[in-house]
Amino acid sequence: MMATDYILLCLGMGIVTYVPRWAPLFVLSQRTLPRWLEDWLDLIPAAILSALILPSLVTASEPRQLSLWNNDLLVAVPVFLFALRTRSLGGTVVLGMALYWLAGKFLG
Amino acid sequence: MTNNAATTDRTSILKDGIRAAWPICLGYVPIGLAFGVLAQKAGLSPLAIGLMSVLVFAGSSQFIAVAMLGTGSGIAAIVATAFTVNLRHLLMSSAISVYLKGLHKRWLALFAYGITDESFALNLVRFREGNWDWRRALTVNHVTNAFWVASTIIGGLGGAFIPAHAFGIDYALMGMFLCLLVYQLRGRLYVLTGLIAGATAVVLSVLIPGNSYIVTASVIAATAGLYIRRRWPQIARQRGSR
Repeated sequence: MMATDYILLCLGMGIVTYVPRWAPLFVLSQRTLPRWLEDWLDLIPAAILSALILPSLVTASEPRQLSLWNNDLLVAVPVFLFALRTRSLGGTVVLGMALYWLAGKFLG
Repeated sequence: MTNNAATTDRTSILKDGIRAAWPICLGYVPIGLAFGVLAQKAGLSPLAIGLMSVLVFAGSSQFIAVAMLGTGSGIAAIVATAFTVNLRHLLMSSAISVYLKGLHKRWLALFAYGITDESFALNLVRFREGNWDWRRALTVNHVTNAFWVASTIIGGLGGAFIPAHAFGIDYALMGMFLCLLVYQLRGRLYVLTGLIAGATAVVLSVLIPGNSYIVTASVIAATAGLYIRRRWPQIARQRGSR
């Protein structure tokens, strides 16, 4: 691939990645939102985090299929409970790393 | 603007931002290195890798782009894929806009650049807890961006020599997301919405290749949650201990 082609590629990817990040901010932050939309947006973080996390815990990749026995999921259970109990972000991250490291060592 | 309780002097903004950003930075290092190594194997120079990281700043689409370059895909196909992969930012940008009301367009434009899964989830939680403002949020965005760009370049320079999977660092972002999800479960309605989103996402992710399941499941779950809030207000009123 030529250098100019590569720069074009990066620019193109940059633009199509930037616009979805920018347009809602630009449009929505300048006005008062209807109540239903605020209520809807209020639910988005819980929804999107769940939608990001759960599939990566219970599926194995390419082609994706269910996999209910893997270190990611095994570690996630105590880590989630720890987060519920302590609400400590730093502690959760460190515990997650430690358990994942141990799981890799002893469970393979 | 959003919160007067947070102080505005430059050092404390920087300090607060960096202190908040460390789990993301930690998590970006192994992913950035891995990306750099792959990109280098695909024939990209460290400069080319840095250029893509600066202009795109979106891990998953960068990985896909390098893979597609390897199979000889054209520019249009790669750009179109990047677009669909990153559509989920529409939802994140919408949700965070609530906390950036009235901010100058120039700052909004800069802020938008740094919206990622990670910075979005972290900043949103901080905004809701209070004592957080757009300057601190912007610091999080840019510190994490710097870590991303740097680790991808280092990976390209010879990251293969850095031991992979050391100290469970691969799990840093998952740990952070799990805790941020806990923060979002502020009552029965949020738990229900999360369960619907998670279950829908798992089913869709198995059925449909790609990552469209994230947006689809989130929209379905938030809409279902809104319906529940309207139809059975007593569930929505039920709050957790916090």
